[in-house]
Order: sequence, then structure tokens, then C-alpha cells
Amino acid sequence: MTAHAGTTAPELLRLGGVTVRFGKADGRPALDAVDLAVAAHEIVCVLGPSGSGKSTLLRVVAGLQQTDAGRVLLEGRDQSGVPTHRRGVGLMFQDHQLFPQRDVAGNVAFGLRMRGTSRADQEHTVARLLDLVGLPDAQGRAVASLSGGEQQRVALARALAPRPRLLMLDEPFGQLDRGLRERLVVELRELFGELGTTVLAVTHDQGEAFALADRVVVMQDGRIAQTGTPLEVWQRPATEFVARFLGFDNVVEATVQGDTAVTPWGKLPVPDGTPDGPCRLLVRPAGVRLLPTPEGLPCTVAARTFRGTHVALLLQPAGGPQVEAACALPDAPETGEKVGIAFAAQDVVVLEAAAE
Amino acid sequence: MALPFAFFALFFAYPVASIVGRGLKDGGQWQLGRIGAVLTDPDVLHVLWFTFWQAAASTGLTLLIALPGAYVFARFDFPGKQLLRALVAVPFVLPTVVVGSAFLALVGRGGLLDDLWGVRLDTSVWAILLAHVFFNYAVVVRTVGGLWGQLDPRQEEAARVLGAGRFAAWRRVTLPALGPAVAAAALMVFLFTFTSFGVVQILGGPTFSTLEVEIYRQTADFLDLPTAAVLTLIQFTAVLGLLALHAWTVRRRESALKLVDPAQTARRPHGRGQWALLWTTLVVIVLLLVLPLAVLVERSFAGTDGYGPVFYETLQSAATADSTFAVAPLDALWNSLAFGAVATVIALVVGGLAAAALTRRGGRLVRGFDALLMLPLGVSAVTVGFGFLITLDRPPFDLRSSWWLVPLAQALVGVPFVVRTMLPVLRAVDGRLREAAAVLGASPWRVWREVDLPLVRRALLVAAGFAFAVSLGEFGATVFIARPDHPTLPVAVARLLGRAGELNYGQAMALSTILMVVCAGALLALERIRTDHSGEF
Repeated sequence: MTAHAGTTAPELLRLGGVTVRFGKADGRPALDAVDLAVAAHEIVCVLGPSGSGKSTLLRVVAGLQQTDAGRVLLEGRDQSGVPTHRRGVGLMFQDHQLFPQRDVAGNVAFGLRMRGTSRADQEHTVARLLDLVGLPDAQGRAVASLSGGEQQRVALARALAPRPRLLMLDEPFGQLDRGLRERLVVELRELFGELGTTVLAVTHDQGEAFALADRVVVMQDGRIAQTGTPLEVWQRPATEFVARFLGFDNVVEATVQGDTAVTPWGKLPVPDGTPDGPCRLLVRPAGVRLLPTPEGLPCTVAARTFRGTHVALLLQPAGGPQVEAACALPDAPETGEKVGIAFAAQDVVVLEAAAE
Repeated sequence: MALPFAFFALFFAYPVASIVGRGLKDGGQWQLGRIGAVLTDPDVLHVLWFTFWQAAASTGLTLLIALPGAYVFARFDFPGKQLLRALVAVPFVLPTVVVGSAFLALVGRGGLLDDLWGVRLDTSVWAILLAHVFFNYAVVVRTVGGLWGQLDPRQEEAARVLGAGRFAAWRRVTLPALGPAVAAAALMVFLFTFTSFGVVQILGGPTFSTLEVEIYRQTADFLDLPTAAVLTLIQFTAVLGLLALHAWTVRRRESALKLVDPAQTARRPHGRGQWALLWTTLVVIVLLLVLPLAVLVERSFAGTDGYGPVFYETLQSAATADSTFAVAPLDALWNSLAFGAVATVIALVVGGLAAAALTRRGGRLVRGFDALLMLPLGVSAVTVGFGFLITLDRPPFDLRSSWWLVPLAQALVGVPFVVRTMLPVLRAVDGRLREAAAVLGASPWRVWREVDLPLVRRALLVAAGFAFAVSLGEFGATVFIARPDHPTLPVAVARLLGRAGELNYGQAMALSTILMVVCAGALLALERIRTDHSGEF
């Protein structure tokens, strides 16, 4: 099950060995030999902490950032030497970058004017797009009078108007409040599905990435750490970095023998086919089951955090690192109580060696 | 990039180089020994020292008086602000000869202060310094105030919330942001006062003399071209040093600023302190700027038998004056307007292209060109005018009899203003706005037109206003190259002042008043256009 599975659609974007260095040539590159392909009509989300090179990746595709090595192909054509304005891609900037001296219609119609679209067509397209993003009849409004969410919608309409073959979004929901963000993610996914837009987005928020994307690309220090569908990445984080970035902290040293692994937490079941030898294991919190005290691995409840749908527990076993567990509110023990735990095989993940 | 470069090579470097060459060459041999001889002359050293310290003192005094004014214009909203803003710029464009006379009438023997309190300043350096402040007040208010009005006040508020006092917030947040503009303004004032000519000649008497005055004396009075050439070189070197220093400070402090609509940052004054500041500024403007102009107007109406428009009526015919003019003095007005309009267009095209090129590219060569653009401000206008005459009078550039000569010379002085006004604003435009336009399919030229131009339109209008005003008031170079039957207003004024007689003096004052009204009208019109457009925000 590779990331490119099921893509019968033609390939729209391909990055081959793209490397970008800022400053000294011997310094750590912002992008380090990145390979990435995006199929037509696919929504790909690049996920990573700040400084992992996500935004640089978009700037390279847009032609705003020179590469030190590697190639960018759009619809099979090498883009080296093609200036930004001839690449036919759209980019929605992190802080929108709406033109302050133009009204909403002026902003949305900008890309159409650059292509010499007739005035009537411009007006028609602007009206249709503003309808689409939920701001009907906002043409004459001043950019300064828009709220953050409205600016985001106008920026989206502006990026969509010239029908770019690839739409790129840089932290599209960064400055919005949570409720608006969650609603917009759903709306956008529907919208992109209807329009058949190919999308390459970057974000540091896994929730956004999982909700929006067909495929997620996790980046670490300018390299791709893992690609896969949101479910694959969530269920099988490839490395300890990815696991911890997704918020999974139950990582432990282990030595695999047959279908079990020896860890400081005792013997854990491992998936079939795991090779023998030392490795690191992840147990997702959902896979930690609480048992009445004499059974299982004895632990003390070190902390409990109410999370709305469930209670997150931090458990301290006699030996080894702390264990995170999740349980329903009625079953949750108090801080300081003694509990026993057992581990479910389907929630144990064998991690690859760290990418360092 | 190529056009501005060619423009400067042909109309600036070539004439100046050839006049210096003429002074220092004797029968095809370079006589560099002359430099040493002139440099050790105690009279020359005295002139050098005076030129330097009066320029420094004038610059300091101007900043001291005008910076509060810049604040008032940037942050306060009060009735009559537009009018006052235009009024403040008027002194800057008046011919130096007229200003000198006006100040003499104010602080000299038999002047207003002499009549009232027996105070005379014409023998002290104070008259020169005050006249310099009179001239350059607008430079600081416009250059610094223009940017100040566009700075986001919330930046300062953020500092206040973080515990900075009112003054500390200004010093730590606003001042660094204003730094390049203050440096640019201070540099301009220093350059103008360093090369000051008309004011010093009239108010300085025999005691005080600047380099420029000395160059003029050596050229026009003593016909001592070698000494004049050496002095020109000294002035050139000093100006070059100043410009290098300026480029260095600006580059160190340059930063992208968050600009906002100035209409949103201006508020009505609030509290006793702010009202006091506003009134102090108004009083300063009235005493320092309006009073000399008022004296000028008063004189233009003061005929031998009481007040009346006698002098204005006689301006329309060539016959009433003695043989000063082949044409009616009033024709000088139409000449000036036509020359000024053409010069403004040339200056805007050349300066706009240069500023755009300077924003886009880096590199040593381009930075050098940045400084080069400022040179016409520092090189003696007398030298440029004289240089035009002796170099552009033969093929391939026989422009001596061409109508274009005057606007070209005037544009030369206007270009630095255009570049200086536009560059800080262009550089402060957020680069990502340009990127956003490029991603949407705009070519580099379209990006400039669609993103930069609308954002700097205000600066562009200010630049146009300055270029036009400078062209109208330009005297030093124009006096050499204007044809006798096509005088400009300042040239006509100077000719009239040069003749004895009540009628000539009165006509000079009348023409000066007309020049003043034209400049004020032009500047006021620009303010009006700007307001209409800022409504788009």
C-alpha cells in the first residue's frame, strides 16, 4: 500500500530531488532532495512543524524560490526557467496578502485581468466565486473591512478565479478560530471535490491535514518522513518523529522475539511478520486497557486530563517510561489510584529507526 | 535602468566633467598643482569651514523646528490642514533671490523688526540660518511626515502596553522606523545648505561666503576658471562623501514597514499637551514661513502713491519697462509653466524608472547608481548651467537653441526628489504582495503597475509636486541657458531686481507673488487629487 496507490489520474506535479539551501552551502538545507508527486484532482497535505520546509516547498513550485538542485515538473514539463507568472499555479498566502488598495471584486478579478479575460466574464466569474465561498454580493467591500474569515474566503476566491491547474494553500486556516476552521475545512473539501481542483496544502495542524487531504506528507527537517492516506499515517506512524508529532508519546525500547516483544513495560504483543531484534514500539493510547488491580502491569495514576469525549490518563509503571491511556469518564480512576494495564496487539506499532 | 543612466551621463556627467577639465587643463596638459595651491589658500579654508558649520547648524536647527511639525501634520487632524500643508511647501520653491530680499525686508536695516524693536540680524549668521530653516522646513515635514502618517500607530501602542513610556515608545518603535526618512531629509537639508547660493550672497554680505558663492564669484566676477574648477571638485568630493555616508546609514536601517492609510492615523488633538503642540507649530509656521511671504506680498502692492495693483497691471506689456525684456514680463509665467510641466514629466519617468530598478535589484553597481542620482543636488547649479552651455552647443548634441534645454536642466534637479521620495515607500512595500500578483499571472512590469504603483501613488504625487515646484523655482542653471526671449519667472525676477528703480523692484515683487501663488496652487491641487484617491481605501 504505497501512497500512490489507486492514482489512475495523470500526474500533475512531480518534484525530483529538490534541494534548497539558505545561507551557507554546508548548512542544513531547507529542502533536502525532496521527491513528491501529486496526481490530478488529488488533495495532498504537507504536514510538519514550523521550520520543516513546508512553505519553501510551495514557493519552489510557484517559482518564487530558486532551487539548488532538482527539478519541478508540471504536467510533465520541466519548469526551470519558467517565471512565476507563466506557471499557471495558484498560491494562497499564509496571511492572505490581499491587495489593500483594491476592493473585494478587484482582488478576485486580478488573475483574470492578467489573462486578459473580458470584463463581462470577469464580473460573472467573480460573482460565481463569491457565491461559492459564501460571500455573495461582497464585490464592493473594502478589504480592510473584512474579518479574518472573510479575508480567507476572498483570498481563496482570488486564487481559484484564474482556474489554476494546481492550487497551493499555505497554512490556510492559521489565523482563524477553531469553530470557523473546522467548518471551512469541511466546506473546502466539498468545494475542491466539486471543482475537481488539484490541491497542495501545507499545515502544522494534523486535524486540518487529516480532514482535508486524500494523502498526507509528513515533513521533518526538509525531508519527507512519511506519506500515506490520513488513516495510514494515523494508524501506522512510520517513525518515532511522526508518532510524537501526531501526539503519540507511548514509545518504548523493545526487543522482538517471535510474536512478542520484551519491553520495560513487560511483554507486548507485536503484529505478525515483525522481524526479531531490537526496535522501538508505539502503543496508541486507545490500545492501553485498564484492568482491576491485581491483573496486568501495576501502575499509579500520575495525572488525569478531562478531554470532553474522554479522559486522558498519565500512568507511571514500576519501571520504564510513563504510559498514556484513554478511558471513558465513568471508568476513570482518580489521581494517585493504583491500576493495572494490558496492551492490545492491534494498537502496537513497530517504528522504523529514527531518520536522524 | 539604461534610460536613467544615459540621461545622467549625457546631461550631467558630461557637462560637469568638461567644465572641470577646462579649468584644470592648460594647452592639453593637466595642471594638478593648481589643486594644492588653492587648497592651502587661507581664504579658501575659511570659506570651507564656514560652509560646513553653517550647513550643520542649519540642518540641526531645521530638524529641531520641523520634526514636531512633521508629527503634527502626520498625526493630527485639524481644519485647514490641506491648505497649510501646501503653504508650508511654498518657501521651498521660491527663488533664492526673492527669499533673500524678503528676509532682508524682515530682519535687515529698515526692516520690520528694525522698525519695531531696533533688532537687526542681517549682519549675523542668524539671518542665514533662519532663511535656511524657512527654505527647508517643508523638506522635513514632507519627507518625514509623509512616512510618519503611514506608520501604524498600533506599533507604538504595542510598545506602550509592554511598559514603555510615551517617549520611550516613540524612541524605540517610531524613531527607528522613521530613521531612513529622517536621514534622507537631514541629508537633503545639509546638501541644500551646504551648496546654498542666493541666500548667503544677499544675507551674508562680504563676511560670509559658501563654496557655491565662491564658485560663482570666481566664474562670473573674476573669470578665474581654474580656481572655480578646483572649488567645484572640492564641493563634488564633499558631496560624494556625504552621499556615501547616507547610503551606508540608510542601508543599515532599511526594513520593511507596515504602512497604513494616513487618513486613518490622523486624529483630532486630544488633551492640553497636544493642543499646545499644535498651536506652537502654527505659531512657528506663521512667524517663520508666513511673515516673510506676507512682507513680499505687501511690497508687491505698495506703490509710490499708496496700495494698488499698479505693478501687476504693468506686467502685461513689454513697453512699460525699460529695455529689460523683449517680451511682456507676464509671458515668463507661461514659459515657466510649460518648462515646469515638461521637466516634471521627464523627472517622473527617469526618476520612477530608476527607483523601480533600485527596488528590484541589489548589487554594488546599483547601489552606486543610487548615490549617483543624488549628485545633481550637490553639484553647483552654476557649474551645471555653464557646463550645458559649453558642451551641448555642438553636434551631436546641439541643443543650445533648443527649447528642450531648460526643461532638461530642471528635470536634472527634479529627479533626485522623485527618487528620494519614492524609494523609501517602494522599498517598504511588502514583497509578498508582489509575489501574490506574480502567482496570479502578472509579469514583472504588470506587478509594478498593479501593486507598486497604486501603493506609491501618494508618494508619486508628492514627488511630482516637488519636481514641478523645483523646476519652477530653479535659478542657478536656468539663468545660464534660458534664451532672452524665453525667460522663466525666477530669471525675470532676477533681471528686474538687477535694475534700479521703484517700478522694477515692484514688478519683481509682483512676479514673485505670482510665482508663489502658482506654486501654492499647484501644490494645493495635488493635495486635492490625493484626497480623492485615498477615498478608494
